[in-house]
Amino acid sequence: MKLQRKNGLRATALGALAVTGALVLTACGSDDNTSGSSGGSGKATAASNISCEGAKGKLLASGSSAQKNAMDLWVKNYMAACSGVEINYKSSSSGEGIVAFNQGTVGFAGSDSALKPEEVAESKKICKSGQGINLPMVGGPIAIGYNLSGVEDLTLDAPTIAKIFNNKITKWNDPAIAKLNEGKSLPDKAIQAFHRSEDSGTTQNLGKYLGATAKAEWPYEAEKKWPAPGGQAASGSSGVAAQVKQVDGAIGYFELSYATSQSIPTVSIDTGAAAPVKATSENASKAIAAAKVKGTGKDLALELDYATKAEGAYPIVLVTYEVVCSTGNKSDTLSTVKSFLTYTASEEGQKVLSDAGYAPIPAEINAKVRETVAGLN
Amino acid sequence: MVSTTPIEPMDSPPPGPAGAVTGALAARSAATGRAGDKVFLALSRGSGIFLLVLMASIAVFLTYRAAMALTENEGNFLTTFDWNPAGNPPVFGIAVLLFGTVVSSVIAMAIAVPVAVGIALFISHYAPRKLAGPIAYVVDLLAAVPSIIYGIWGALFLVPYLEGLNLWLDHFFSWTYIFEKTQVGVARSLFTVGILLAIMILPIVTSVSREVFLQVPKAHEEAALALGATRWEVIRMSVLPFGRSGVISASMLGLGRALGETMAVATVLSPSFLISGHLLNPGGGTFAQNIAAKFDEANELGRDALIASGLVLFVLTLLVNGGARMIIARRKEYSGANA
Repeated sequence: MKLQRKNGLRATALGALAVTGALVLTACGSDDNTSGSSGGSGKATAASNISCEGAKGKLLASGSSAQKNAMDLWVKNYMAACSGVEINYKSSSSGEGIVAFNQGTVGFAGSDSALKPEEVAESKKICKSGQGINLPMVGGPIAIGYNLSGVEDLTLDAPTIAKIFNNKITKWNDPAIAKLNEGKSLPDKAIQAFHRSEDSGTTQNLGKYLGATAKAEWPYEAEKKWPAPGGQAASGSSGVAAQVKQVDGAIGYFELSYATSQSIPTVSIDTGAAAPVKATSENASKAIAAAKVKGTGKDLALELDYATKAEGAYPIVLVTYEVVCSTGNKSDTLSTVKSFLTYTASEEGQKVLSDAGYAPIPAEINAKVRETVAGLN
Repeated sequence: MVSTTPIEPMDSPPPGPAGAVTGALAARSAATGRAGDKVFLALSRGSGIFLLVLMASIAVFLTYRAAMALTENEGNFLTTFDWNPAGNPPVFGIAVLLFGTVVSSVIAMAIAVPVAVGIALFISHYAPRKLAGPIAYVVDLLAAVPSIIYGIWGALFLVPYLEGLNLWLDHFFSWTYIFEKTQVGVARSLFTVGILLAIMILPIVTSVSREVFLQVPKAHEEAALALGATRWEVIRMSVLPFGRSGVISASMLGLGRALGETMAVATVLSPSFLISGHLLNPGGGTFAQNIAAKFDEANELGRDALIASGLVLFVLTLLVNGGARMIIARRKEYSGANA
């Protein structure tokens, strides 16, 4: 009896050891994978290209969760290159990031929409002799994902998308959809449109696109809150993606990375260009290239051209900014902010973005960002 | 423990029994003057007062922040079907949330209480000893599952499987209006939330009811059996009347959990600011779910508005508990304390 119990214990211990061992090994394995694919390039170039000049101590930042994955990679690469520097980006929401910035508790804030006039006015209290400015740093395509067995390469245009999310088109074989997808057999199935249940910058950017390109079908203000009646809601990009994956006949919107990671087919957009445009990072970069800088002085807030007809430009894009002071940044974090943003705006820093499902900022705008970062004081 | 004092829902301070006990202790310690009694008296009185102060300060905080939001609100807080405190002008109202909270909880109670009473009766009076233990144990285990796990299980398993039930209900019971499904879509509805909440509150209602049924004086049951009653008649004539106040207490505990459940509801429901009597349609919302969903991106006013809605939930819970206490007090003669 006693012996048996001992054996049992030993078996348990062995089992526990095996499990722990496996966990430790897999943990190492996955860690290596990520740094190998994306961080590796950062590491290899770290010695030559990430300049840690003047960077020191701890830098707090906060804001948009839309750029969280990009920020995670950047911070990891940067901290690997610059020992002794700690950067802590709290991904909460754009609103919270701007509030923290205007209270002076963070070195910079991440936001998926440019500062509003009243926010700029408030920032003058923190930025001595200057004001808060927007630096476009991360671009991202918003994919329209769908789930319709037997239908590949679905094409839609802005008015049709607006009607679908507005419950004006309720069947997949609607003539409006059929016209855009000639030669495909569309099933007589109900469309189940999913949107975000919580307030979100992704919703706001889709709203801006639909408002700019299909005003007649989408009469709503571009807000973070979902404006249209009807449809179904799910929480977070991950929630919407999960529902689209699960429900036959579903359609929803989320950042492209969710579509690629869960292999959800995405809608190509008929923008009026010769061929429908697929949702990819390169195509999103092309659309951002058509943007104009609407900010004055050092402010680089962009005005996106959602109605662009340029070949291969995917128009439903989101640009997230880093918000800093034009002049009068806090002296104890200024050099770290400069050094870190110099890296994120550098070629290496932008290259990391495509791997993570984001879109790099086009070279012309990016050059201005670098110039502005270099001139921060 | 269960038989001597009715179970207190967490949110309301127990004035009655606690006060009585303190009073009795005070009398005794005065009589004997033992040091231990004095310390215990101070401790129990202190915790009683601490609880009241804590509750009062929560209420004050909620009221203060809620008042700040209400002064800015351009809509009617009670009747507006919208939640947009970030808008210009800010407009928000709790009508949809109140409706959704009450309806989902009522569905949960309607399903959970009969089932729980059935399980409790089975465990206490029908099941063989060998089976009763494990069943009770398994039901109690349900209480240990975190609500987010219920949410994920609900979203990934329950929702797809309920579509069949929904179609069946729609086909045969659409004349009842509430089971008429007018909108396509998966079953992310208040009805599904009600079913999920029912499963979540099952363990607490079952375990308290079971304890109460086990407290029925043997003499009552034997007397009934001696008069020639069948087992069902014994249950109907002695067990159920005796246990009624206990079952009500248990149900109120469950209702408390259903009213305040957050993550499971937020994961399963497809929220929208519409009131619909068609319970199978996706849509609706509850207080707790709305707070969880909106808090992240809310601005200062948005948070105060959410706190104002939380205050309404607070009041609602208080009313429910007060009502339950009144019902229990009316039926004191059956409570275990007098047995």
